[in-house]
Amino acid sequence: MRAIPRHALNAGWILVLPFVVLVGALFLGPIFNILWLSVSDPTPGLGNYTELFTSDSLGRILWTTLRVCVICTAISVVLGYSIAYAMVHAAEGTRNKMLGLLLVSFWISVLVRTFSWLMLLGRNGVVNSTLETIGIISEPISFMRNELGVLIGMVHYMVPYAVLPILASMQSIDGRVLQASRSLGATGTQTFWRVYLPLSRAGLVAAALLVFIINLGFYVIPAVLGGGKVLMVAEYISVQVLVTLQWGTAAMLAALLLFGVLALLFLMSRFMKLSTVFGGARA
Amino acid sequence: MAGIGNSGSLHLKSLVKRYGGFTAVDNVNLEIERGEFLTLLGPSGSGKTTLLLMMAGFQDITSGDILLDGQSIAAMPAEKRNFGMVFQGYALFPHMTVRDNIAYPLSVRKRPKAEIGAKVDEMLDLVHLTDFGHRFPKELSGGQQQRVALARALCFAPPVLLLDEPLGALDKKLRIEVQAQLKEIHNRVGTTFVFVTHDQEEALSMSDRIVIMNHGRIEQVGTPSELYQHPRTVFAASFLGKSNFLHRKDAVYALRPEKIDLAAAGTGQGANTVSGVVQSVTYFGAMLKYQVQVPELGEIEVDVDAWRGGTPVAEGTTVDLTWANTAAVRLEIEPK
Ligand SMILES: Nc1ncnc2c1ncn2[C@@H]1O[C@H](COP(=O)(O)OP(=O)(O)O)[C@@H](O)[C@H]1O
Ligand SMILES: [Mg+2]
Repeated sequence: MRAIPRHALNAGWILVLPFVVLVGALFLGPIFNILWLSVSDPTPGLGNYTELFTSDSLGRILWTTLRVCVICTAISVVLGYSIAYAMVHAAEGTRNKMLGLLLVSFWISVLVRTFSWLMLLGRNGVVNSTLETIGIISEPISFMRNELGVLIGMVHYMVPYAVLPILASMQSIDGRVLQASRSLGATGTQTFWRVYLPLSRAGLVAAALLVFIINLGFYVIPAVLGGGKVLMVAEYISVQVLVTLQWGTAAMLAALLLFGVLALLFLMSRFMKLSTVFGGARA
Repeated sequence: MAGIGNSGSLHLKSLVKRYGGFTAVDNVNLEIERGEFLTLLGPSGSGKTTLLLMMAGFQDITSGDILLDGQSIAAMPAEKRNFGMVFQGYALFPHMTVRDNIAYPLSVRKRPKAEIGAKVDEMLDLVHLTDFGHRFPKELSGGQQQRVALARALCFAPPVLLLDEPLGALDKKLRIEVQAQLKEIHNRVGTTFVFVTHDQEEALSMSDRIVIMNHGRIEQVGTPSELYQHPRTVFAASFLGKSNFLHRKDAVYALRPEKIDLAAAGTGQGANTVSGVVQSVTYFGAMLKYQVQVPELGEIEVDVDAWRGGTPVAEGTTVDLTWANTAAVRLEIEPK
């Protein structure tokens, strides 16, 4: 690497200074404020945190959040892996079309998607009414207003996020390595488990991490599709802030999420270089 | 056959490979003998890799047949053929150690652990990498990676080993060293080697026989000395070694630069003597390379042994060039 001359460095800093100040004031400031609130409201001390071990409802909410996030991550990553695999092995034209569809799905608002699911799978939704009309069921199936509904909505939202890092790592696999495996006598299945999967593992881990982290903060989908029955951390925080005005508890949960994510990233960084995880492909 | 490995014969019958309208391999007929070291030599794009991939089973055959020891294998998938293959760039498994790479073909065949361990030790010894078993491929030099690829491809005793420019990525000094090791390994295992290269020196020094390829066709097949002494086409004569071309009536003759003698003007004696003017002299240590302008033949290249040739002749000097009748080889008129 070329050494950057000192005066150039200083000039550079002056240029970015306004943004550093902005980020500091608008981003780091509130975060520290939250951290501060979590140990000072309503009374100074770790009272908000000890609540975690004493309050049944908090425990239940955390457990629900964790369970839903883990299940959603697992399903999203498996689906994402299959889609990425299909994309890598599709003809170039088809692959570009698939990529286009994938990107389009990023532009559709989460609200639109959530209400679409309600229309499709609600008690009087298209699916239930069709099934009733042809007489397959007599009672509507409850897809929505439960954990299943939340999972459907979240998985649907997260799959494109899972595809991209996996796709990047699959595209960086040297086709000759797979040919080598076959020339050495391995079947397609053996080649997949022993060569393809390990070589796409970085993308898989990145996808899981990304999906899990985004999942932790989901608000709209659990609120709408869970119908109030699946209470997850983000919705609970909102209730604390807007309804019960227990800012201390809300701040504590927010801080918990923040530390959870940081701990996850730290854990991962011990196993692999994060830059290779998120950078995805080797050239 | 002698040797610790297997060996098989391959028979390529009228092999054709087309990509759309483009013919990459054009009616190739070839008998590869048991245990021989056969080299496919040709410029980039001449269809060597395509031909090799068809033998390996990675490339569909447009028409023709491939026989292994007399049995057709044209429809057999790559993993059933049991051929060893060393890929361009080696294609080692980056997530496995050297040992695991070499053990791979045995472990996918579900051989017992003890047998695999013993065999891997034997192969590491064969390629002189005994102390490197626990390294990962990226921790090895190019030459060492190449040897791992070789050990991996040989460890399940394949009847045929296919090598696609395995020395292409090595620098010149290392190449010569690895060429010798590869030859030695070939002698020890006795497996049939089909070796692809675009480097004529490599082909000359290692092969039992060379197949010269051009535009997807076989240009000429023969032992290195047959091909060097008796090229049949302009392409063969110029791709394998250097050659002057003499156009006489409606025939073309190839004349190697070292088969021409250079003498002072008026002293040339021999069946063929012409006179010309030295355009340039280049010193190569072992030899001197002269470019001589001959009015009736054009520019002629002459190689003279620097040790026996005495003091170099200066540029602009008029000299006599002589050669024996047998030195000039009459070529077939190029097909097409
Ligand atoms: N998959 C392919 N599709 C179309 N043309 C190809 C393909 N693979 C190789 N070719 C063409 O076939 C010719 C022979 O290629 P190749 O066998 O790789 O040559 P070599 O190994 O001798 O350099 C080249 O002109 C190349 O462009
Ligand atoms: Mg090639």
